[in-house]
Amino acid sequence: MSENSTEQLLQDLMKRVEALEAKAPEDRLALGVMSGNLDQTIAAFIIAIGAAAYDMQVDMFFTFWATAALRDPRKTASKDMLGKMFGMMLPKGAGQLPLSKMQMLGMGPQMIKYVMKKHGAKSLEELMKDAASLGVKIYVCTMSMDLMGIKREELIDYPHMEYVGVGTFVDIFSKAKQCWFM
Amino acid sequence: MTADELKALQIGKLVDARGTACPGPLLEAKRTIAECPVGAVMEVQSSDDGTIIDVQRWCKKMGYEYLGDREDDGFWSVYLRRVK
Repeated sequence: MSENSTEQLLQDLMKRVEALEAKAPEDRLALGVMSGNLDQTIAAFIIAIGAAAYDMQVDMFFTFWATAALRDPRKTASKDMLGKMFGMMLPKGAGQLPLSKMQMLGMGPQMIKYVMKKHGAKSLEELMKDAASLGVKIYVCTMSMDLMGIKREELIDYPHMEYVGVGTFVDIFSKAKQCWFM
Repeated sequence: MTADELKALQIGKLVDARGTACPGPLLEAKRTIAECPVGAVMEVQSSDDGTIIDVQRWCKKMGYEYLGDREDDGFWSVYLRRVK
């Protein structure tokens, strides 16, 4: 093989490797969080924290019912009539989320919180703080917020929070090795 | 390593995660390994026996040396060395 063609081959290979690297998924986890249920939201944060312990970048996309889990019960926001009605019907933050099973008119969540405390399991609010300290990012679906009349000023003070649409979530999960929707 | 050998190790960093449930022990291990000097041994105490396999797998992925585990009085101790 002549020196020229070797050089050419090497250049072609380099180009292909670069193209492959640009497309290769990264060691990242993308989580779509939708249910707004206590149990599923806790699971999402436990998995997020576990992945962060593996030094993975974790991006959580909160949509539909899950946006209410990010409300801060101490904060208020001015809203129109419909927004006020939704605001009253939706849980005011992590502390008020219902269970997907065994809701039992509100007794279920109280019982789960009791056994979790007894077993040293952290509350959802504590898990959110851990996630924040590990750099887990939360992306909130702005359309869901609009639909339910949820305002930015009534959400928790989470250090890595952004307000986005599905386009951002697609960009995020297209780079991630794993994407779950729960 | 045998339980006696593990017990005789000089511990650089001790993580007492006995009061916390999953993902507490792994999270505490992750937080404390940053303070553990390279070459030193870290002991993670947990009352959840799932921690043993969890930390083994975590060590393999993160490049730490898993030394072993032993059962103590109602809890488990797992040992690893920060090699890098």
